[in-house]
Amino acid sequence: MLAAGVRMAAEEINAAGGVAGRPIEVIVEDGASDPKTYAEKAQKLVIRDRVSTVFGCHTSASRKAVLPIFERRGAMLFYQTHYEGFECSPNVVYSGAVPNQQLGNYIPWILETLGKKKVFIVGSNYVYPREMAKVSKGLIEAGGAEWVADEYLELGHSEWAVMVNKIKDSGADVVLSNVVGDSIISFYREFINQGLSHEEIPICATVTSEIEIAAMGPEYAAGSYTSFPYFQSLDTPANKSFIERYRAFVGDPAATTYHSLEAAYFQVFLWKQAIEKAGDTSVEAIREGIRGQEYAAPGGTVKIDGDNLHCWLTPRIGQWQADGQTKIVDEYDAPIKPLPYAAYGETAENLFCTREGLDSSKL
Amino acid sequence: MVDILFIGLSLSSILLLVALGLAVTYGAMGIINMAHGEMVMIGAYTAVMANIWLGLGLIAAIPLAFAVTALAGLAIERLVVRRLYGRLLDTLLATWGIAILLQQAIRLEFGLSFFGIHIAGLGSGLQNVPVPGALQGTVQILGHDFNAYRIFIVAMTLILAAATWAVMYRTALGMKVRAIIRNPQMAAACGIDVQRTNALTFALGSGLAGVAGVLMAGFKTVAPDMGATLVVDGFMVVVTGGVGSLLGTVAASGLLGEFNALVAMATNDILGRAAVFAVVIGVILLKPAGLFTFKGR
Repeated sequence: MLAAGVRMAAEEINAAGGVAGRPIEVIVEDGASDPKTYAEKAQKLVIRDRVSTVFGCHTSASRKAVLPIFERRGAMLFYQTHYEGFECSPNVVYSGAVPNQQLGNYIPWILETLGKKKVFIVGSNYVYPREMAKVSKGLIEAGGAEWVADEYLELGHSEWAVMVNKIKDSGADVVLSNVVGDSIISFYREFINQGLSHEEIPICATVTSEIEIAAMGPEYAAGSYTSFPYFQSLDTPANKSFIERYRAFVGDPAATTYHSLEAAYFQVFLWKQAIEKAGDTSVEAIREGIRGQEYAAPGGTVKIDGDNLHCWLTPRIGQWQADGQTKIVDEYDAPIKPLPYAAYGETAENLFCTREGLDSSKL
Repeated sequence: MVDILFIGLSLSSILLLVALGLAVTYGAMGIINMAHGEMVMIGAYTAVMANIWLGLGLIAAIPLAFAVTALAGLAIERLVVRRLYGRLLDTLLATWGIAILLQQAIRLEFGLSFFGIHIAGLGSGLQNVPVPGALQGTVQILGHDFNAYRIFIVAMTLILAAATWAVMYRTALGMKVRAIIRNPQMAAACGIDVQRTNALTFALGSGLAGVAGVLMAGFKTVAPDMGATLVVDGFMVVVTGGVGSLLGTVAASGLLGEFNALVAMATNDILGRAAVFAVVIGVILLKPAGLFTFKGR
C-alpha cells in the first residue's frame, strides 16, 4: 500500500515532465514484512540495480536491517514511517514523525485538556513502544501526573484479556497505547468487551491509524484519540484532491489514506526538488540538496531539516468518530522541528544530531 | 479472583477450540497437519465473506464454515495426505507446503490481484466481522461483570467438545476411528475401511478448525497468516494431553489456559507465555506420552 504512494508520486512527476527533464523509473521489491528479506532486497536494489535512492521500509526492525547496506554502499534511503528516533544516519531521510512531534504535544494535552492524572502505558514488546514509553514518562512526570503501569504484549499476539483486566484494576484514567500491527484490533475489541469505555478511560494511541480502525470496526474506537501529523479527515483542498487521486490510482473508490502513506507520497517530491537543486542524482548531491527543502504536502507544508535530515511536521490530535474518521481536536499552527534524541535531552538549542553526524558525547 | 479464573477459562476454551480438530487428526491418524491453522483461517474468512456477500451474521456463518473447511480438508486428504500415510515427516512438510499455498491464495486473492481484480474480503489486508450486539460488552452474573463474547466462546467450546465426544464414543464412525487409533492393521483386518474412515476423520478435524475460525474472527484479527501461531498452541495442547486422548486434550487446555492467566496476572503476559512453555516441557520430560495415555498391547 505504501508502494502505491511512491508509485503515484512518480507517475505524477513523470506526467509533468520528470525530474530535471528525465523520467523516473520505479523498481518495486517486496520485503514481505521480514527484516532479512528487506536486507536482501535492499542489497539487490543498491548493488545490482545500482539505484541511488530507495523509498521504503516499514518497521524499525526492517530499517535497522537495511541501514548498514546503505551506509556501506553509499545509497540513500527515504523512510516514511513515524519511528522512535535515536538514529542519525547521513544516508537516511526520515519523513515520518519522531516522538517530539507525536508526544510533545499529546501528553500535555491529555493531562491539561482531558484532565487525566493516571496513565497506563501499554505497547508491543520491541524498540518503538519502549522508546515511546520512555519519552512519555518524562513528559507525564513533567506535567505533574503519574504513570501507573508500563506493560507489554509480545509483537503479533492478540490475547488481551489479562492486560485489559489489569487496566481495569489499575485505577488509571487514561491509556497510552503504543501497540502496533494486528494486535491493535483485538486490543480495542477486548477493551470494549470488558465493559470499559473511551468516555471514562480513553485509549490515546500513537500508532492506530485509519487502516486499523476500519479493520476493527469503528464502533470499538469511537471516542478514542490518536496523535499524527496527517489524518484522512483533514479538510483542505490539497488533501481532498490527494484522496481523490489516490483512489483513482489504486482503482478503489473507498481506499483509505493515512500518515505513512502521505509521507511515502510527499517524500518523492522532496527528493525531486533536491536533485533539481543539486543538478545531480549522486548521494552527496541528494543529501546536500534536500537540506531545507519545503513542499506543500496534502497535510500542509513539510520541510526537511537542515541538521538531521528528519522532517518538520505539524502535530495534530484526532478523535475517532463512529464513521471511522477523526475529528481534529487539537493542532499546531505550523510545522515543528524534529528532534530524534528528545528522549535524551535534545532541544532545538542543543542538537545531538547535526550535519556532522551524532555527537555521542551528549548522550 | 473470579475475573482471573474466568479469563483462564476463556484462554483454555480458545486453546481447546484449535486443539479439538488436531486431537482428532493427529491423535487418530498420526498426521502432523501443519495446515490446521490455515483451516482456522479459512473458517474466519468464510465468516468475513459470508457477511459481505451473503449478509450472514456470525452465528449463521458457523455451519457454513464447517462445511467449507470440511470439504477443503477432504480435498487435501484425497489429493495429498492419502499418499503419505505412515511417513510422518513427509506429511509434516507436505501439509506445511499446503499451509503456505493457502495463505498466499488468500493474500493474492487466488491470483486475481495480478490482473487487477479485487474481491472484497480477501487480500493481504486485515478483515472485520461484525459481532451481534448481544455479544458485545459485558453480562452481569452473580455480581460480576463478564465479557459476553468470551462467555459465548466458552459455551460454544463446551458444545463442540461434547459433540466431538459423542461422535467418537457414540457413533459407528467413532468406534472405527478408535479402533484405528489402537491398531490400524488389526482394524483393517477386521473389515474397517481405513482409507474412507481416515478421509472422514480428516474432514471432521478440518471442519472443527473452521468453526474455531469463525469464533476467533469475532475478537481477533482476521489476516492471512493468523493460523500460523494457532497451530503451535494446538500441538502443544495435544502433546501435553496425550496423543489420541480427547479427555487429555480437554484437561491439558484447561491446565495451560488457567496457568497462563494466573502467571500473566501476577507478572506480565510475556512471562505468562514463557511459563506455559515451561509447563509443557516439564510434562513431556516427566510423562513423554502426555498426561493421559492408554496402554497398547
